[in-house]
Amino acid sequence: MGPEVLKDISFSIEPRSFQYLTGPSGAGKTTLMRLILMALQPTRGLVNLFGQDVSRLDAATLTAFRRRMGVVFQDFRLLDHLTLYENVALPLRVLGKEEASYRAEVVELLRWVGLGERMHAVPPVLSGGEKQRAAIARALIGRPELLLADEPTGNVDPGLGRRLLRLFMELQALGTAVVIATHDLGLMELYDAPRLVLADGHLHVDA
Amino acid sequence: MAISMSMPESGSREFEREERTLPSNLRRDQPLVPVDSVAGRALMAVIAILTFLAALSAGAAVLAARASEQWRSAVADEMTIQIRPDSRRDIEADIARAVAMAQGVAGIESVRAVPRAESDKLLEPWLGAGLDLVELPVPRLIVLKLRPGNGPDLATFGATLRREVPSAILDDHRLWVRRLSTMASTIVLSGAAVVLLVLAAAALAVAFATRGAMAGSRDSVEVLHLVGADDAFIAREFQSRFIRLGLRGGAVGGFAAIIVIALLGWLSSRWSAAPEAEQLQAMFGAFEIGWSGYVAVILVAMVVAAISGLVSRFTVRHYLRVLAWGAA
Repeated sequence: MGPEVLKDISFSIEPRSFQYLTGPSGAGKTTLMRLILMALQPTRGLVNLFGQDVSRLDAATLTAFRRRMGVVFQDFRLLDHLTLYENVALPLRVLGKEEASYRAEVVELLRWVGLGERMHAVPPVLSGGEKQRAAIARALIGRPELLLADEPTGNVDPGLGRRLLRLFMELQALGTAVVIATHDLGLMELYDAPRLVLADGHLHVDA
Repeated sequence: MAISMSMPESGSREFEREERTLPSNLRRDQPLVPVDSVAGRALMAVIAILTFLAALSAGAAVLAARASEQWRSAVADEMTIQIRPDSRRDIEADIARAVAMAQGVAGIESVRAVPRAESDKLLEPWLGAGLDLVELPVPRLIVLKLRPGNGPDLATFGATLRREVPSAILDDHRLWVRRLSTMASTIVLSGAAVVLLVLAAAALAVAFATRGAMAGSRDSVEVLHLVGADDAFIAREFQSRFIRLGLRGGAVGGFAAIIVIALLGWLSSRWSAAPEAEQLQAMFGAFEIGWSGYVAVILVAMVVAAISGLVSRFTVRHYLRVLAWGAA
């Protein structure tokens, strides 16, 4: 077993809240996100999600919980053999929805993030910024209750960064709890929100 | 919860106006797990070859089963009396006496003494044509056709015949039929065993291929999990691909087997003019597996496809359970 990355961390994310998760590189932001996403099991300790202890969830509930969350990975995690349209539509497709029922919605979101012209392209031919926007669109399409975004503005120009931030704020206003992992101080200064600061494996809230 | 996708910055109105026209060429049927076409083709070839072998074995088993049935029905309603030549006896008188006796037995429908010329002809394949067989002690045959249903009392008839005509032997072919039946059953059982072995090999090949495909698509599987796909959904994605491969491989292998069997039947029918073919034909009947044979071949192909689907489903489910927690 490797060294302990996160120690004695205790915090809660309230519904409709907005917070940054920050700290130096390697402080464990991504690990914490993966714990929340149930993509990683804590070696010890308790993760409560939507009021339930995740270590006791069966597979069906786990899937149901994941459907209530949207996630933007730092490395995007788009499927390279699918077009942007198909990538963004993925969370709806895996629900078994008819393609016709979500087509307009997906196209609208793609246009909104500025990828209307690129929806037939596959990720390997896109720039980092384009992939990032596609990853954000995929996280939003399912209208999640909790949005986790790992460095969502890392690869976009400041203008688009601001637009994306405003979108996240709008999501929060509509009832989504938003957690943005970033170490971009400029971004955090644009909109003041509580900061969960990770350092040396410990976490403190900077309200 | 509703998210409005309005553009927060200027220019949103323009977007709203033009966004009603949706592109009609969006790709929809792309499989969610990447398809490795080389591995897929290799697996299809393996399935096709295995199906071909299994189908041929099934065909051979059906052929043997049919042939043995033919012998049984052909031989069961026929018996022969063999009259051995004896220099001290008049063979023609013995034949006449045996024929008369056989005609008197209830259960025997007809009696026919095989004429000398005809029985000589039976020896032709062994001794060659144009040989004068008069000097040779060639036995003569009397063919008895039995009435279907109750057979005659063979034991009594055999004993009486032997007493009255010591040079006669009653042959009811039972030993011959039993031996042939044993051989046919062995062929049928071996055919069935080969089919089972080949099915097992196909199952293993599909299991390994599925594991390989899943290991290669681990990232995709993880992403699918995280965007909310459940195991059943992911399993369906993999499974449908392997069922398609299995169906295609099974169809190719089964079709090839049918072609080969039909071709062999055609060749054997052309060849049957040769005298050697008559013996072969007596052994196996016509080289014809009949509709039941073709049904068996098609069934084998379908079972291979079904096995591909089931095995890949089982393998995917197992793999997803392993991945479910922590590893994702």
